[in-house]
Amino acid sequence: MTSTSTAFEKARAEDRAALIGYLPAGYPTVDGSIRAMQVMVEAGCDAIEIGLPYSDPVMDGPTIQAAAQAALDGGVRTADVLRVVEAVAGTGVPTLVMTYWNPIERYGVERWATDLAAAGGAGMITPDITPDHGAEWIAAADAHDLDKVFLVAPSSTDDRIAMTARESRGFVYAAAVMGVTGAREATSDLAGPLVRRVRATGDVPVAVGIGVSTGDQAAEVAGFADGVIVGSAFVRALLDHPGDEAGGLDALRALTTDLAEGVRRART
Amino acid sequence: MSQQVQQQGRYDADERGYFGGTWGGRFMPEALVAALDELTDAWHEAMADEAFVGEFERVLRDYAGTPSRLYHAERLSKKVGARVLLKREDLNHTGAHKIRNVMGQALLTKRMGKTRVIAETGAGQHGVASATAAAYFDLDCTVYMGAVDTRRQALNVARMQLLGAKVIPVESGSATLKDAINEALRDWVASVDHTAYLFGTAAGPHPFPSMVRDFCRGIGDEARAQCLEQYGVLPDAVAACVGGGSNAIGIFTAFLEDEGVEIHGFEPGGDGVETGRHAATIHAGEAGVLHGARTFVLQDADGQTVESHSISAGLDYPGVGPQHSLLAATGRATYTPVTDAEAMDAMALLSRTEGIIPAIESAHAIHGAIEVAKRLGAEKGPDATIIVNLSGRGDKDMGTAIEWFGLGDADEGPEADLDQTETVTQQ
Repeated sequence: MTSTSTAFEKARAEDRAALIGYLPAGYPTVDGSIRAMQVMVEAGCDAIEIGLPYSDPVMDGPTIQAAAQAALDGGVRTADVLRVVEAVAGTGVPTLVMTYWNPIERYGVERWATDLAAAGGAGMITPDITPDHGAEWIAAADAHDLDKVFLVAPSSTDDRIAMTARESRGFVYAAAVMGVTGAREATSDLAGPLVRRVRATGDVPVAVGIGVSTGDQAAEVAGFADGVIVGSAFVRALLDHPGDEAGGLDALRALTTDLAEGVRRART
Repeated sequence: MSQQVQQQGRYDADERGYFGGTWGGRFMPEALVAALDELTDAWHEAMADEAFVGEFERVLRDYAGTPSRLYHAERLSKKVGARVLLKREDLNHTGAHKIRNVMGQALLTKRMGKTRVIAETGAGQHGVASATAAAYFDLDCTVYMGAVDTRRQALNVARMQLLGAKVIPVESGSATLKDAINEALRDWVASVDHTAYLFGTAAGPHPFPSMVRDFCRGIGDEARAQCLEQYGVLPDAVAACVGGGSNAIGIFTAFLEDEGVEIHGFEPGGDGVETGRHAATIHAGEAGVLHGARTFVLQDADGQTVESHSISAGLDYPGVGPQHSLLAATGRATYTPVTDAEAMDAMALLSRTEGIIPAIESAHAIHGAIEVAKRLGAEKGPDATIIVNLSGRGDKDMGTAIEWFGLGDADEGPEADLDQTETVTQQ
């Protein structure tokens, strides 16, 4: 497996931010989602977040909800997510799973960590687990050398930011806005100060997510963060091409290219 | 000392919100943690502040009409051979126990200086109660309600709107209560600086299970004192319906340390647990995490929440308050499913024997309590006593009753069905 830190090291060596792309597994199909993520890697994503579709995604806006629900309606299972991990990790880029907690608890935390590591996964992003309620996951991740990516938010206290940064491995996910996932017209003015507050606590890379959908926005965020996370915009590219895989992949490729240029433009 | 015992009893949550070290907790996005911490602190401070507690009691008494009566249902008692006492929460303002919870949370909202409240609702009872509290305390109010529920509870939508609340139908997921909670949480993540989430039941992330219980526990505190005063004894059993479980934990809490008192929760059995169409979370679910708490959850092999079913929208929830999970796991309380048909029979029976039309939610408790009362009566004689929480009134359920019993047509009365009902329930 490849820790996400390698993506940040590579980006840092090129004096740019890393681009992290999200799609849910199983949309439009399991194999279709693999092909989509492979296109994102080819076009410039430095790491991939694979969403595990869940029935009650409280941190997700309508775009990701729609794709995840479609994936569930299509019958995607937890085991399918591991198959997607294996295929995407095979491209060589760090591959994380982003998931709500209950499917992992149900699968068995230790068994999940074992199987995720065996599939080549780099680790997991946990939107509804904070380190202070995540002892079981932290133990399993440490035992299997997996990245533990926890979130910080503009509302987080300094103490909680320090605790979260200390417990994270791979990177810290900074939620740029107070709100759920989804594209926003303008980038958030809360993200910069939040990144600085995380940086003040140590060396772990900080990636900013929620609301970034264009190359220009990516460039802006790349000016102050180690990584730029894009989710809903990629999902939208697929949702806008129902039944047209080639069209969806073209749109994904174009968007990835735009974003990859964005993260390279910031510091030149 | 007694205060200390009350706060740290063996059935209470620890400071991180875990009941029995396992159930509950706070499985929530980091964005909400600061608000949940703020709420926890404010609740602790308020409950230790005599002025707040006094104001809460005054508002409940003068506005909501508590303490509610403990009423001896004599005809029903004769039928079952034991003394059945009804805790008349149906007579509270807005017709259910839920007014206690919302007045407590809204009073706390004012104390915290927030100006807007949001709420989720299933049947609409918590939404109506929230809209009522918002009107009383001059707060903006938005209620999320599953689109399926807005259709089956249109009258309550209208009541909320008349009270000045905005009702937002939720189309996502299964478009029922659980999805309304998801949508309210999404709102809250974005509005948490000025908005309080009036959670409708004793579930969800810490501190809600404990805080909602504290605001509802007056039901049991009153009933226990009333029973001692009126009959000189503690009851042999208490009974309540359990969806999320706020009315149940509200009446159970006062009796948890009374080891001679049986505690019975009755879950929505829908078409029958064996059909898979039910909401009997404790009886048929498995441990998992839903809406921020570890508790029993109706879920599939992958941990996806399974859609629940009950004729009663207020019980139609695939999770349950975490303290109930502890009470079930320790055996302190017993949870038994009651089917739609059994609950509807009990609704008709109570209407005809006592002149009280119960909410279908409460009718689940009535059915279950009748079964327990028959056993207690046989074991201990006619002075055996059971207190049933009559958590709400049935006006809101008349649409369902009309359909179920074929009522409303004066030429074709429902005699046959109801006679059969009485026989079935009597046997």
